[in-house]
Amino acid sequence: MKELLEGSRAVAEAVKLCKPGVISAYPITPQTHIVEELAQMVASGELDSQFINVESEHSAASVVLGAVATGVRAFTATSSQGLLYMGEVVFNIAGMRLPLVMTCANRAISAPINIWNDQQDSISLRDAGWIQLYAENNQEVVDFHLMGYRISEDKSMMLPVMVCMDGFILTHGMEMVDMPEQEKVGIFLPPYQPLYKLDPAFPISMGLLADPDYYMETRFAIKETLKDALQFIPKVALEFKNIFGRDYKDCLVEEYHTKDAEKVIVAMGSVCGTIKEVVDEFRKKGKKIGLLRIISFRPFPYQRVYEILKDIPRVAVLDKSVSLGAYSPLAIEIKAAFAGKKKAPQAISSFVAGLGGRDITPESIKDILRKLTQKEIDLEFIDLKPELLKESYGD
Amino acid sequence: MFGPLVVKPIKSKGDKTGAWRIKLRPKYLQKDCIACKMCVLICPEACVRGKEKNTYNCDYNYCKGCGLCAAVCPKKDILMFEEEFAGDKK
Amino acid sequence: METDTLFKPGHTACAGCGQAIGAKLVIESAGPNTIVVNNTGCLEVFSAKYPESAWNVPWIHSLFENAAAVASGVEAALIYLGKKANTNVIAQGGDGSTADIGLQALSGMLERGHDILYVCYDNEAYMNTGVQRSGLTPFSSATTTSPVGAKSFGNIRPKKPMPEIALAHGIPYMATCSSAFMQDIQRKIKKALSIKGPKYIQMHVPCPLGWRHESELTLQVAKLAVETGLYPIVEYENGVLISKGEITPKPVEEYLKVQGRFKHLLTNPEAIKQIQDIADYNIQKYGLKKEG
Repeated sequence: MKELLEGSRAVAEAVKLCKPGVISAYPITPQTHIVEELAQMVASGELDSQFINVESEHSAASVVLGAVATGVRAFTATSSQGLLYMGEVVFNIAGMRLPLVMTCANRAISAPINIWNDQQDSISLRDAGWIQLYAENNQEVVDFHLMGYRISEDKSMMLPVMVCMDGFILTHGMEMVDMPEQEKVGIFLPPYQPLYKLDPAFPISMGLLADPDYYMETRFAIKETLKDALQFIPKVALEFKNIFGRDYKDCLVEEYHTKDAEKVIVAMGSVCGTIKEVVDEFRKKGKKIGLLRIISFRPFPYQRVYEILKDIPRVAVLDKSVSLGAYSPLAIEIKAAFAGKKKAPQAISSFVAGLGGRDITPESIKDILRKLTQKEIDLEFIDLKPELLKESYGD
Repeated sequence: MFGPLVVKPIKSKGDKTGAWRIKLRPKYLQKDCIACKMCVLICPEACVRGKEKNTYNCDYNYCKGCGLCAAVCPKKDILMFEEEFAGDKK
Repeated sequence: METDTLFKPGHTACAGCGQAIGAKLVIESAGPNTIVVNNTGCLEVFSAKYPESAWNVPWIHSLFENAAAVASGVEAALIYLGKKANTNVIAQGGDGSTADIGLQALSGMLERGHDILYVCYDNEAYMNTGVQRSGLTPFSSATTTSPVGAKSFGNIRPKKPMPEIALAHGIPYMATCSSAFMQDIQRKIKKALSIKGPKYIQMHVPCPLGWRHESELTLQVAKLAVETGLYPIVEYENGVLISKGEITPKPVEEYLKVQGRFKHLLTNPEAIKQIQDIADYNIQKYGLKKEG
């Protein structure tokens, strides 16, 4: 049934459909509405779950870690500083192969403190061993939570999934969302069956010290599983389509007018909505513009990216985060997809926009397309205000 | 694919830490024992066993020779001997 | 040899380790229907190094400072599964992971009212990393980060009053104990687990390596800490003092002189006086002196 819902409400409804037994969270803007909605659902008896209000994100992640280790499906959500603060637990959950879904309401990182959207938070934890899915709109946000649990808890995966949704733009945006039916969710997502759990009937030890004789294999195994996830995520997307009707293709990338394109923008998240509008406008004028949207940033679908972009003359990569002192994160991956390959675009130019919530308008996208010539751009910030860079101190 | 993550209890009792004893080893005389179990309670290795009076002994596979059982015994029925002079080698 | 114990031999603690005595007594007193959540530290390292584990109960280690929070999740999951009534949850860690880096998570666990027993094994420094000073290192103790020198006589601050901090959360049970008094540990663990809600037990556990005494002195050193009044043994139920370890106080020198970490004080009567003052304060505060 289609409903007009705030993004955070849609997340809460989706999580409710997945029936987590334990929910734990610590408030941070713009994640708050998600956990407020869930707290209300638990308070009113709509959702049978233990809702644990903790004293920090570090403990929120630790509580859900403990719950999943005990064999119960769990949920948490966070943003920005909260994600960084729970960072070591985030690594720990993947290292212990505990399945979980966490929403990241994407927000900029301090300093300066800034509550608005970019993707620096989740991107900064890209190496943690989590699957990261970036949603364009709130329908995807809902569907990715369902798929997230299905992927995460599969016995071949046993890795956590982070559903990344742009803060405010999606979390606080009102959109029409087709909410899945509980019965169908029950078919798509069976109850959580742990591979191992804390149970006095069969005592095991988890989280042991692994010395140099044992550590590397745990990392290698996660790497291999994430490689397998590139095959498994499309399978789950197909199951999803068969049950709910919405088709996410391989759910690794989305191609939008890329086939015959002369210029393609590569991007992630809600900004792709704006890019699609610009693509439509240009296509009407006969200009061959396209969009490649990356959905799964981890695992990164290098082969798909290569196949889609190998014959495209000019590629612009739009990042909403930076890797200071290096190319920007998405650009690094796109460039890497062509390393040592025979075919490649003439230019892969890198652009950063929208940091700390600065609007990315259709004009910003057009600016990128104008600058996307044969001459490759290493890294350019769009919509920068040069006058603000004239501040000087200490004279 | 996974890796070395979880240990089932069957795998414990691994290291034969008795090899750590360098100076002294306890001897359970089993003469004046009153089965107070203080040696069982204090042993940091959890390697002392016994049921009735004068049946208590430690497992030399694990005993590190710390001497706490001898120190706690109220009847002085456990004595520490130089490792090479120990009378009761198992 | 019997093998049906809950804490098995073969672990790699130092000879005479007070924490090994304590941990063994805690789990044997708690029984098999117990899930243990362990902070990083000596105990975790010496009892659970892949592929060996000393634990014959379900046991989990996550990080240095989060055992109280992980245990909260374990407890919540057990409630959800309807299994809490017959399963104990114990979170445990050393003094550093309890009173310093893990204090926030512990405070949250105590404040939220989880049905969990938290055990702090207090060996008064970061022993696992090589004897660095913690918030529970006693006044004037020499550690590798509070060393003795021309301008230093060791740790400049007294112990953080962790038992009182725990008690201030309004928890139904709080006790201190010592690895020298083993039946007292057994009794307090059983008592704590018979009470619903958050419980805190702090156990004084000598570290022969860090305190610099012979391994066979672990018992004597732990006893002297109690007998001098430097480590008061107290038990509170619902905020009321229900038992205390009464003593005929011995002078603090007797405790100090058997440990290398206090050796530098023996020629410094002023410092010994300051430590005696701490003991006297404890004795008076809790009424530890035996009558008559």
